Amino acid sequence: MEMSTAPHAQFRETLADSGLQDAIYSATGRLMEKRLATIRPDVLPDYQELRERAGALKKLAIENLDYYLEQFESNVEARGGRVVWCRDAGEAAEFLVKLAREKDARLLTKVKSMTTEEIGLNEHLQQHGLEAVESDLGEFIVQLARSRPYHIVAPALNLTRYDVADLFTRTLGVERETVPENQTKIARRVLREKFLAADIGISGANFLVADSGAVVLVTNEGNGRMCTTLPRVHVAVAGIEKLIPRAQDLAVFLKLLGRSATGQPLTVYTSFLAGPRRANEADGPGEFYVLLLDNGRSRLLADREKRQSLYCIRCGACLNHCPVYRKIGGHNYPWVYSGPIGTVISPQFLGIAHDPWLPFASSLCGACAEVCPVKIDLPKLILELRGEVVKAQSREGASRLERLGFRVWSWLMRRPKLYELAGMMGSLVLSGSGDGKWLRGVPFPLSAGPLKAWTSVRDLPPLPSRSFRQMWRTRQAGSR
Amino acid sequence: MPARVSLFVTCIVDQLFPEVGLAAADVLERIGYTVDFPEKQTCCGQPAFNTGYRDEAREVACHCLEVLAGADYVVVPSGSCASMITHHYDELFARDPARLEAVRRLKPRVWEFSKFLLEVAGVEDVGARYDGVVTFHDSCHGLRELGIKEGPRRLLGRVQGLTLREMDIPEECCGFGGTFSVKFPSISGGMSRTKIESIVKTGADAVVGVDASCLLQLRGALSRDGLPIRALHLAQVLAAH
Amino acid sequence: MSRDHVLHKVRTALGRSAGQPPAPLPEARLAVPDMDMETRLSQFASALEALGGVFHRASSPDDARSRVASLTGGRPAVASNAAFLRECGISSLPGVRSGLEDEAELRRLCAAADFGITSAGFGLADTGSLVMFSSGEEARMISLLPPVHIAVFPREKMLTGLDELFTVVPSPAEVTSSMVLITGPSRTADIEQILIRGVHGPGEFHVVVV
Repeated sequence: MEMSTAPHAQFRETLADSGLQDAIYSATGRLMEKRLATIRPDVLPDYQELRERAGALKKLAIENLDYYLEQFESNVEARGGRVVWCRDAGEAAEFLVKLAREKDARLLTKVKSMTTEEIGLNEHLQQHGLEAVESDLGEFIVQLARSRPYHIVAPALNLTRYDVADLFTRTLGVERETVPENQTKIARRVLREKFLAADIGISGANFLVADSGAVVLVTNEGNGRMCTTLPRVHVAVAGIEKLIPRAQDLAVFLKLLGRSATGQPLTVYTSFLAGPRRANEADGPGEFYVLLLDNGRSRLLADREKRQSLYCIRCGACLNHCPVYRKIGGHNYPWVYSGPIGTVISPQFLGIAHDPWLPFASSLCGACAEVCPVKIDLPKLILELRGEVVKAQSREGASRLERLGFRVWSWLMRRPKLYELAGMMGSLVLSGSGDGKWLRGVPFPLSAGPLKAWTSVRDLPPLPSRSFRQMWRTRQAGSR
Repeated sequence: MPARVSLFVTCIVDQLFPEVGLAAADVLERIGYTVDFPEKQTCCGQPAFNTGYRDEAREVACHCLEVLAGADYVVVPSGSCASMITHHYDELFARDPARLEAVRRLKPRVWEFSKFLLEVAGVEDVGARYDGVVTFHDSCHGLRELGIKEGPRRLLGRVQGLTLREMDIPEECCGFGGTFSVKFPSISGGMSRTKIESIVKTGADAVVGVDASCLLQLRGALSRDGLPIRALHLAQVLAAH
Repeated sequence: MSRDHVLHKVRTALGRSAGQPPAPLPEARLAVPDMDMETRLSQFASALEALGGVFHRASSPDDARSRVASLTGGRPAVASNAAFLRECGISSLPGVRSGLEDEAELRRLCAAADFGITSAGFGLADTGSLVMFSSGEEARMISLLPPVHIAVFPREKMLTGLDELFTVVPSPAEVTSSMVLITGPSRTADIEQILIRGVHGPGEFHVVVV
């Protein structure tokens, strides 16, 4: 009863790759430990209150989003920046291509941004002869490998130093270098030239601050500052859900973001950027654009329950704590967003028919919701989406057998006598050899259904000859 | 007159692990309760609810509500099924005011087994004896929806002869997840192996939990791997003496 | 027009109308602890050093100058135009270029210098952070391009943390187009989660508090 639409062969391939399994499990495990060390009650006693407040602020921002978008826009423009509204990926790319032509720009450097991954910006730009270079080390590696990020905050998590050595030799023409410190130096050297030569710096945004017209970026390497300091033009591409009401609210969000993502009380660089450089300032970009991207977000907003998935601040904690992500990794998810948050937003962006299996690929363990810094109720949303898939499949006449199974099940569960009888019949078929040993397989015709899937990786208990209710009757008769 | 509790044993215990239900009854009787078993009970509806079949889940939940309506206390040897009633029935009956009212009346009387012992009966030492080393698995819904963490450990701590040795990942999911286990067997199986490695490292001869479904998953994988580690419900350990 | 299209879709989804005021916000959540200067300094020092930065406590402006001098050892350095650096006599140390007005020259020198020397708007004790406000006195690239960053500031600028920063500066955008919090040396863990310092920004980071 494997879900027929899911890429099981790919799952098995990932599960069988012991090196990759170790890499995923240990990297996410370390991130879990680091997070825990920075949110323990003795170091951050108000952690739960901060989460409460962060969730409440995101809720207020999302539910009054039109107001904060306009406030943001007028504050950006009052300081000489420009806001560009984009309905979709195409409009964002089109604007950037036009801007690059106007500015006679060839080289663009980029700060890691899930939003630009979402809209495939680099590919768009490349098609127009523009070179867009990723500058976060992990993203740089991913770009050279022509791959996509494996993890929201650790994009190259799946690659070893040896993979990186091969990649650098092949793509950069450098001598094979397997020491990560030296590999980092190579990247520093290559990218330093790019930073100094770039015409336009492109970033995402961790937050957009409505009362300030500011873009907030957090990075560790300094590439974010490079891209927003050296080029003449800074363009931030951000989903409309990134709004927070006030600069002062950053005191809440910044305390949570770094801790949840990488176990840092603050990431190394937190940039609060409000418009182009001012007349009295020594340096910085002369032009400042913010692309406000819809790309399906306004559609998500219409769903009162599921709109909370737009609270996400992309910390990646739900990935690290998800036992499913930790088994299948990032590339078995159908879209750029992986893990529990990907499970929840991908079907909403792409349509549930795109990957109907996705909401079912969860044990509903709830670890994600427990660590989400903005308190998104991810398991609840996963359940909602399951219900939607079932409804849609019912309309299309798909999954007939499963539906029939649950119809029969429901009918039986409301008829205790027949339920008991069915159990007795089952125990005749699955009685085992009488020595209490569990079963390796099941006889035909049960071997075609869920029991086959069960016994593909586990043994099955033999059904006891008497159920609890039968034993209970004997017990009560004896005690009387 | 001693208080009366009604056992809601869950369909898994009824059909697969009757010894767990009997053990729970033994413990409750030993500490002075009169135990009954509402015979019309079947399932709480969770399998359908968690698979997206809300209508079917609701039908079965209605039946469950009726069966349990008259109970003073309902004791459930499963965090997951207890939580289905106390945390998810509201949502299931959001548009059915009469049943919602029935849910509100029932909820405060529904207790997961270990919570009942500690918070209602106020008993920590049930007079059990179990000679061996055990490790404890935190079942997800019990842990995260009902806050069951220290309670079972306190109960195990009072069992004569028992040594509790914690594994390094007690809170990680065993991989069961209801129909997830058969829709995604390779992932589910992989999760159980990670858990088992952690169990094996403790050197325990049994893994103890408060949810029969996790024990089904863990024991199925232990058995497949030929590992002689038992998977026991807390009630079975507390009933031993 | 995309603007109206997007806003219209958002409003429809939320059931709001143009010009409708937002739901009221709770008071900003800012709690400034009462903390004496000694505690602030020791918190700052231990947070900074945990990150791999180096903390220097200078007893006087002269002491600050000699500490900076022994760090740079006369090698090429660029100092910002901060008045405090001049007051300490740091701007005129051997090898130090300061008072630069031309941006192209500033960029060229910063790209070639071994040290970038700045002051700071504030320090944040609990995280060991510097708060840098871009201005005519403080160019952004001095704390960014050279491999070593040295920041020198007077102890009165030491705040307890983020909450105090946003209490003292409730609206950074009024002050500058760029406020940057620097918390330790540049770092990455993108290859096998191995921590490496000095990726794009400075890998060595000294803070001298006078």
